[in-house]
Amino acid sequence: MARITLKGLKKSYGNAHVIKGVDIDIEDGEFCVFVGPSGCGKSTLLRMIAGLEDISGGDLNIGDLRVNDLPPKDRGVAMVFQSYAIFPHMTVRENVAFGLTVSGASKQEKEAKVAEAARILQMEHLLDRRPSQLSGGQRQRVAIGRAIVRKPRVFLFDEPLSNLDAALRMDMRMEIGKLHQQLGATMIYVTHDQVEAMTLADKIVVLKDGLVQQIGAPMDLYHNPSNLFVAGFLGAPSMNFITVQVTAIDGDKVLVSGPGLNDVAVSGKRGPFTVGQTAILGLRPQYLGVNDDTGLGKLHGKVALSERLGAETVIEVTQASGLPVIATLSRDVVFDVGSDVNLSFDPDHAHLFQPDESFTKNAH
Amino acid sequence: MTTNDNHGLRLIVRYLVLILIALMFCFPLVFMIISSFKPDQQLLLDSGNIRAFLPVGDLSFDNYSEAFARAPIALFIFNSVFVTAITVTLSLLLCSTAGFAFTFMEWRGRKLALSIILATLIVPFQAIAIPLLLLASKLPWIGMDGLTWGWLNSYHVQIIPFIADGLTIYLFAQYFKDLPGELIEAARVEGASWWQIYRKVVMPLSGPVLATAAILKFLAMYNQYLWPLMVVQEEGYRPVMVGLQYFFQLNIAWGEVMAYLSLITVPVLAFYLYLQKAFIASIASTGVKG
Repeated sequence: MARITLKGLKKSYGNAHVIKGVDIDIEDGEFCVFVGPSGCGKSTLLRMIAGLEDISGGDLNIGDLRVNDLPPKDRGVAMVFQSYAIFPHMTVRENVAFGLTVSGASKQEKEAKVAEAARILQMEHLLDRRPSQLSGGQRQRVAIGRAIVRKPRVFLFDEPLSNLDAALRMDMRMEIGKLHQQLGATMIYVTHDQVEAMTLADKIVVLKDGLVQQIGAPMDLYHNPSNLFVAGFLGAPSMNFITVQVTAIDGDKVLVSGPGLNDVAVSGKRGPFTVGQTAILGLRPQYLGVNDDTGLGKLHGKVALSERLGAETVIEVTQASGLPVIATLSRDVVFDVGSDVNLSFDPDHAHLFQPDESFTKNAH
Repeated sequence: MTTNDNHGLRLIVRYLVLILIALMFCFPLVFMIISSFKPDQQLLLDSGNIRAFLPVGDLSFDNYSEAFARAPIALFIFNSVFVTAITVTLSLLLCSTAGFAFTFMEWRGRKLALSIILATLIVPFQAIAIPLLLLASKLPWIGMDGLTWGWLNSYHVQIIPFIADGLTIYLFAQYFKDLPGELIEAARVEGASWWQIYRKVVMPLSGPVLATAAILKFLAMYNQYLWPLMVVQEEGYRPVMVGLQYFFQLNIAWGEVMAYLSLITVPVLAFYLYLQKAFIASIASTGVKG
């Protein structure tokens, strides 16, 4: 197990800068998830840590050792790939023991360690099978088995569940969570699935265009996103963004108003804001109340779509301005499409952001 | 006509065309084998009609016994099989490691080196035969007799120049490129050295390309004529194709020629049949044509 430090890490392919200076500290035994949209550089960053990509700039330390120029085998890492990458011509036993075989371990040592890994992953009965005789979930187990058998200092997971169906994905997600508790090892996990990120991580690193957007505990990021990107990326359905005008400022409270929205005072901690400027009001669908007057902030509109999921109901409300707002209610409610609704919210759960050029087109 | 009838008719036509093509490829082989059992007079008489392909008339093994009397066939076949087997084995080893280095390892000048190797494919052997002969006649060799100069009249002069070749390297490099890169990366992360990756991961997955390269190399080596003709004057090192000359002296005996050709075809057919399954799998999976 080891602490991992990334300091000003950069990666370029010619003139294309893929990782543009990343600083991350991952504590010993921590489960850190890199999350972000396709092309944000999360997998490249993981591959740089693994030693599969050269590092163009900055420092990468695993434990006390600067590993920038060390080959993968000398970094003490194990990696689980999206495509499992288990060797098709070997049995499960040979696959799991591969790292031990190439390091020249004795037969007894291999047998003992493979048996232990098989027990942890409950795949003793699969050891003599070939990969072609395994299901997707079983193959992933083999890949994880191969990773744990060498007792590496760091585990790297590159979207390991992407090729599995939804039900299996949930099972394997839980198993990886348990495995982390059991082994207590430092793990870095790359995913574009925010549910995996939120449920597994001790620490989430949100990446976009090769830059870190925010680092923090899952609930920190959910409740206190530092910018529009993080706010919009985490949470399902996504946060609603409404373009508003700043009408007054009172201490750390900012009074905003907009079409279909009454004047409301929200926190201005992402300021400084100035009177008269345009800002983006972010409202999570889960914090919108429908037809109750408890909230101080109010929006009005007509129901355009209603999705009843049993435990919750998701509605899309079209405001007078024609722009939609999504609300999620944690109960089963029937709405008639076209009926008038009032949405309300607690200003303490509203987020006010500086307008961001790249996001104004998505904001309503 | 119904759709079923149409389908059946199309199938019949397709099979007829395929059978016709197959027969066209089989005819020379059948002609060769059948003729090897016929006396010269009957062979020439039959060659203008369908009897050329039929085992009819005065059939015997006389041509074979006379062919054996005329030339040391067993020695020629041994020489060819020996030279071919050693060349194929070394070529598979060398060209696959070269293909591996070109595909998986990062090194300066890699692309340029591969381009140069590919460029050698367009140079015909005849163009370099004379310079190669001059070179081979002056190179040193350490053998049973200690240090000698000049490689002529030996097995190694027939083997060494053909161990590495652009086509085989290219075949391997192309095949390796289609192997999942994550397998190689997984092996690297697991601590395998390049040699271990080559031996334990890449080679076990390369059966089809090994078969293709082996068959192509085998055919090229077994059919060698010009080079051994230039570098081997002693009978003891002569391969089968050069041995054919023994049958084209005065009074050409066609029956004996056919018997000789039938005999020297046996190792090729045996080798092909042995690797046939992997060879066809390779063509089907990589699109590499032999």
